[in-house]
Amino acid sequence: MKIDNAAEVLDVRGLTAAIDKIGILRGVDLNVRAGEVHAIMGPNGSGKSTFAKVLAGHPAYEVTGGTVRFEGGNLLGLSPEERARAGIFLGFQYPVEVPGVTNSAFLRLAYNTVQLARGKEELDPLEFDDFIRDKMRLLEMNPDFLERSLNAGFSGGEKKRNEILQMALLEPRLAILDETDSGLDIDALRIVANGVNQLHGDNDAIVLVTHYQRLLNYIEPDFVHVMENGRIIKTGDKSLAQELEDRGYDWVAQEYSERAA
Amino acid sequence: MSAVIQNLVNQPYKHGFHTDIESDVVPRGLNEDVIRGISAKKNEPEWLLEFRLNAYRHWLTMTEPKWPNVKYPKIDFQEISYYSAPKTKATKKSMDEVDPELLRTFEKLGVPMHERAALAGVAVDVIFDSVSVTTTYKEKLAEVGIIFCSFSEAVHNHPDLVKQYLGSVVPHSDNFYAALNSAVFTDGSFCFIPKGVKCPMDLSTYFRINTQESGQFERTLIVAEEGASVSYLEGCTAPQFDTNQLHAAVVELIALDNAEIKYSTVQNWYAGDAEGKGGIYNFVTKRGLCKGVNSKISWTQVETGSAITWKYPSCVLLGDNSVGEFYSVALTNHHQQADTGTKMVHVGKNTRSRIISKGISAGQSNNSYRGLVKIGTRADGARNYSQCDSMLIGDRCGAHTFPYLQVANKSATVEHEASTSKIGEEQLFYFSSRGIETEEAVSMIINGFVRDVFIHLPMEFAVEATKLLGLKLEGSVG
Repeated sequence: MKIDNAAEVLDVRGLTAAIDKIGILRGVDLNVRAGEVHAIMGPNGSGKSTFAKVLAGHPAYEVTGGTVRFEGGNLLGLSPEERARAGIFLGFQYPVEVPGVTNSAFLRLAYNTVQLARGKEELDPLEFDDFIRDKMRLLEMNPDFLERSLNAGFSGGEKKRNEILQMALLEPRLAILDETDSGLDIDALRIVANGVNQLHGDNDAIVLVTHYQRLLNYIEPDFVHVMENGRIIKTGDKSLAQELEDRGYDWVAQEYSERAA
Repeated sequence: MSAVIQNLVNQPYKHGFHTDIESDVVPRGLNEDVIRGISAKKNEPEWLLEFRLNAYRHWLTMTEPKWPNVKYPKIDFQEISYYSAPKTKATKKSMDEVDPELLRTFEKLGVPMHERAALAGVAVDVIFDSVSVTTTYKEKLAEVGIIFCSFSEAVHNHPDLVKQYLGSVVPHSDNFYAALNSAVFTDGSFCFIPKGVKCPMDLSTYFRINTQESGQFERTLIVAEEGASVSYLEGCTAPQFDTNQLHAAVVELIALDNAEIKYSTVQNWYAGDAEGKGGIYNFVTKRGLCKGVNSKISWTQVETGSAITWKYPSCVLLGDNSVGEFYSVALTNHHQQADTGTKMVHVGKNTRSRIISKGISAGQSNNSYRGLVKIGTRADGARNYSQCDSMLIGDRCGAHTFPYLQVANKSATVEHEASTSKIGEEQLFYFSSRGIETEEAVSMIINGFVRDVFIHLPMEFAVEATKLLGLKLEGSVG
């Protein structure tokens, strides 16, 4: 929710980025303050997922211009692991499968690495086990999944729950959730959304990248942005999401080009 | 392919040094006189010379196998020196008598022999080039009737046993390299576990190739009598040379009724430099015979070195209800080539075999799994399970799987599963987006990948093997 005089979490200005020399982001501006939920919507190929990955520092993308400040510091100077430790979290659209690496070992390594970097206490395997089971209850996850290989053979819903579980562990200042609703049935969507809502508070912010309005029925956005051709071309409140659902995206693009002309 | 991953897998060979010890090398080349010379130097009985000469004469009629998925320049077998022994006096009673230069070599390899033997209770039969230097714990083993000694000693002290079993699993005519080995082998290990004896400790041998251009032809023979069991560890590492070195060992295992042999290998020979120059050619014949009922032979191998690996530790399941197992991790990098796997030959009834193969390819290397599962007509109720997983690091390497299934009995059950995965940018980004350093991520992914195999290694060997993979994959990140 919007809070007066809340601290700025993220400030993106004129961000351009390319992959294999092909420009994808063409000047993104976005300002996010603590406590806020922003939804970024837009048609396929508009640059939403690229924007999410660029913020997290994906090495395949080259930032070609603009600035990104995170909690007042230059985000673009940080490696992906430094960003994670500083409080950026990316919830993946397609989490990778890693056979042989147990989920519990991975989660504990991630947790302890970030804790250590933040000058907080690490947990040994037994302490971690208690800690993680609490968090798993939040997402209605079966404990046996701790001993399964990381994301390997997980259903779409299990993968997304595992992403939100990691968000719960790493306590980010800014969570960027890339198509977290895709591949979820209605029950899983409710559970995942409920988890996100419980994790969200006045000190952190959430950027939801989504294709559909239905996620926003569960996680209420303060701002809805429309991305098209690598730019944010319209910003509104949550009613914009419903309008997009009813009318599609074309009219926004048309309105934008008329305005530009 | 990111530069980071490249750096990670391009760790230089840490064991690349040459120990300066005078060697007694016979002139290069191979003919009957050379073989007579080797036999005479080793003071061998007539029957063994005959075995060698028969093998040599048969070898002359054979040609090198061309079917492996590997490429290398033609080997000139007349350019190889077939015998090399350290001039320092062999067979020491205590570690104090061992050449300090040798001890320093093992020190560099991270094998503090005496400490290792004492702490871990491991008897180490050290092979340095071709002659045994020291054998420890022999007396303790002798108390329970176990014979664990160099092959040469066995020839002199237990000729009947050697004569009975030598060539009984891998006949001299088996294949080109086995025939060559049978003709010119210089030393190796012999292990005999008598009826009903469970070997009280893991038996361990360290092999090391030292003299430039001296081929290594080890011969290992392990016999477990009725109800006996033994766990045998073999670890290899070699100094860095420019010229290719041929290694053609033969290992024979025999398990009688209710006996069990577990044979574990960690191999880290010089693999050649980053351009593919140099490195060991590892052409090995390893085979176990489950001769008795309910017998079991289990091979576990971790292959990380050599320019070329050509190796198929196999089991012939002759006894009813006998069990064969093959657990393998093969890591190739740069221009390394590995064509490795196993053969499970089911002859007896209700015989069972299990194959778990994990191939890791990095750089421009090629890694092939080749496995034969053969179910004979009499093998009622035979069962096999095979799982072959490949992992690619980067996009210039190759992984290949060549499974051969020959089933001649309708009651048999044969299962084969295969998978290929890749450590790429996406996987590493996933880890880094959770705050985890790339090096740690690679190590976690690799260790996870090989877990199903490493759990079959003896504890201390598993620790060593984990370190070895780490060493192969650590590097200058960032």
